[in-house]
Amino acid sequence: MATPLLQPTDRGLWCADGDFFIDPWRPVDRAVITHGHSDHARPGHGAYLTTDAALPVIRRRLGALQADTLPYGRTVTMGGVTVSFHPAGHVPGSAQVRVERGGEVWVVTGDYKTTPDRLSEPWEPVACNTLVTECTFGLPVFAWEDEAAIAAQINGWWAQAADEGRVAMLGVYALGKAQRVMTLLDPDIGPILTHGAVEEMTAILRAQGYALPATTRVTPDLPKAALARALVLAPPSALGSAWARRFGAVTDGYASGWMRLRGVRRRRAADRGFVLSDHADWPGLNAAVRATGATRVLATHGYTAAFSRWLAEQGYETGVVATAWEGEALDRAPDPSDAVTE
Amino acid sequence: MKRFADLYARLDETTSTSRKVAALADYFRDAPDQDRVWTIALLSGRRPKRTVTATRLAEWAAARAGIPMWLFTDSYAATGDLAETIALILPPGPGGDDRGLSDWIDTVRALAVADDAGKQAGVQAAWDVLADRERMLFNKLLTGGLRVGVSQKLMTRALAQATGLAEADLAHRLMGDWDPARATWAGLVLAPDPGADLSRPYPFALAYQLDDPPESLGDPADWATEWKWDGIRGQIVLRGGDWHLWSRGEEVMTDRFPEFARLADYLPPGTVIDGEVLAWDRAADAPQPFAALQPRIGRKSVPKKLLADAPARMLAYDLLEWGGQDIRARPFADRRAALEAAVAALPPAAPMGLSPLVTAPDWAGIAAARDQSRDRGAEGLMLKRHASPYGVGRKRGDWWKWKVDPFTVDAVMVYAQAGHGRRATLYTDFTFAVWDDSGGLVPFAKAYSGLTDAEFAEITAWVRKNTTDRFGPVRAVRPEMVFELAFEGIQHSPRHKSGIALRFPRMVRWRRDKPAAEADRLETLRALLAKG
Repeated sequence: MATPLLQPTDRGLWCADGDFFIDPWRPVDRAVITHGHSDHARPGHGAYLTTDAALPVIRRRLGALQADTLPYGRTVTMGGVTVSFHPAGHVPGSAQVRVERGGEVWVVTGDYKTTPDRLSEPWEPVACNTLVTECTFGLPVFAWEDEAAIAAQINGWWAQAADEGRVAMLGVYALGKAQRVMTLLDPDIGPILTHGAVEEMTAILRAQGYALPATTRVTPDLPKAALARALVLAPPSALGSAWARRFGAVTDGYASGWMRLRGVRRRRAADRGFVLSDHADWPGLNAAVRATGATRVLATHGYTAAFSRWLAEQGYETGVVATAWEGEALDRAPDPSDAVTE
Repeated sequence: MKRFADLYARLDETTSTSRKVAALADYFRDAPDQDRVWTIALLSGRRPKRTVTATRLAEWAAARAGIPMWLFTDSYAATGDLAETIALILPPGPGGDDRGLSDWIDTVRALAVADDAGKQAGVQAAWDVLADRERMLFNKLLTGGLRVGVSQKLMTRALAQATGLAEADLAHRLMGDWDPARATWAGLVLAPDPGADLSRPYPFALAYQLDDPPESLGDPADWATEWKWDGIRGQIVLRGGDWHLWSRGEEVMTDRFPEFARLADYLPPGTVIDGEVLAWDRAADAPQPFAALQPRIGRKSVPKKLLADAPARMLAYDLLEWGGQDIRARPFADRRAALEAAVAALPPAAPMGLSPLVTAPDWAGIAAARDQSRDRGAEGLMLKRHASPYGVGRKRGDWWKWKVDPFTVDAVMVYAQAGHGRRATLYTDFTFAVWDDSGGLVPFAKAYSGLTDAEFAEITAWVRKNTTDRFGPVRAVRPEMVFELAFEGIQHSPRHKSGIALRFPRMVRWRRDKPAAEADRLETLRALLAKG
């Protein structure tokens, strides 16, 4: 039997023929990177291959590195294996990786979201024989409302806070979620302020040409008047911290797919939880599997056991691939890059 | 239901007590009368009884959502709440239904008498018209599990704000055996007939644990000291020739303790006494351990043998009503004197005695008495200011409980299970073991409280990586983590493999410094049996 096109190792998903790893979690010679979140783009690899759009963030986070880029859809050949990136709809620049050898196609989704937003390159189904899919939200309780409905909830909350003289502070991941929220905000309500970690990512994406509204970074010398009617976007770890105390009367919230669960929402002890995720929900995961035409589906991080059993009952060949990828973290230590202060 | 769902959302959306009270007060100002009555009922633990079993409800929901039962079970395990799981997996609800809370509760109550097919049809019909968040509340009403994150105390405060009535009066009005299906807003809240409910108890006066040294309370001569017995706190209400026994949780226990009927022969009508219900050891003339009382709690009627083995007796703490007069505002010393006179009139065989006062000249003497609590079958002491009124609810200042320090043991975590509610997706419910004589680990206790959310999150990550076996939702884990457990008592228990059962076990510390081999041994626990 031929070597599988991709196989799990303790360093990551490995393509033996092409001698590269996809989103490896330990140092390797050649890494193919789906996007810039820290559980996917890690330091210490010999060479990086990623999308044009994802590279600036990765460089900013990992420092100097040897990197090549590909635009979406263009192929490159490594050891007889054809590799290409395809939009994943997760964060700006994020990609699925298509790997082909002699007509056999595997697709590794990376993190992905099937419904479009106003920022990320929209997800495209890529036909394949084997789909390696994340399933962070691989249970039927996870089904997202329309983005417009969530936008109305966030703006309603913000406007009410502004009217009551309170600052609205929203906990969001610095890369992706923060900027997506910006595209949903109604700038007529008040100014958008940013924590340093959020502003840093926003500036990079803005320079790349992504359309983002004006934001003001929170600095120690920011005049009090600038806080009037403001909404502050900050990493989740900043909420309730010493950093957050400067804002006086605050109402806080989180935007995350996990906010779908009331128990998690209550545990965070925030005033509001907005169900906004950059991952596919249960209907999205199922639609993605169908759209690719895959006959074999391997589940990685998330509710892998449930999702693969569900697919097996639909007649798919299934398996679970253990990885160190985390998806949308629920109760993990904060992303180190969120620790950037002012 | 929309209006009640709005209230529920407002309460859910803030952690601020004053905002919760404001939201409730708004609701109490202008919601329809019968909805207000039911809201008071729900917030004071008077939920409609379960009309559908959780199992059937889950089956119908899974069928409606088109998913297999195992996937429903997995979803429930992740969500940690049955009613919410159902609301989340069903196809989105249309909303727009305008029937009120009490109307829906009538529907729920009517379903109680329907057959299985009728129940299923009724539930499906409701799911088809309700919006998602209303469905969750409806499901909770069906399973009898609707809880709102507001204490009865805050609810009473909101009611006071909305009506302009005094909080303490409202607290008393809302006590007792009223039926929300028959009560009216006017009759219950605005202008109740004081004679309407002869069984109505008074709100219990409660106390906080004394954490500071007793010297902080000033002159010991200002204080009365009592034993804090380890039984069931109760209130005996004798009025109009009838009698009722209430638990602190406002449950009627009258039928479970028939021996107290005789009190009506000796005490005049218009008498209300606060005391501790205990299983009595007649030979020793002393309380039996709490465990002896346990079999009497769960059942509606009491077999003769149980009456003989665990005869109930009340040790009286306080007199709240005498000659039909509410005397709660009088100083404790006066009430105590009246109580002593009343109880002194009882014959020795009566099922009530006086809870004796502890007398000592100084705090050191009182502390020494506290150290003897366990030997006497008490949990510690109660300190009450001689001048204090009988308060409503838990207050600081005049009454303190001063319990003995708990027992502790270092134990190894062997099983873990995910929690419910706000602890969904976190492993919080653990089974603990100690070493037995053969060098094996014997499970002996479960505990699920006492750690911080951050600690639970860290342990959850560890459990995921160190699972050795799965039994449904329960994971067996590598026996490596050691925790210090505290507990209030320990008993022989032939039903447990370890042969012991603990009272109120909880985690007090994560012993990161201790390897599993240094956890305690079963014989250490057995040695405590004599004391516990």
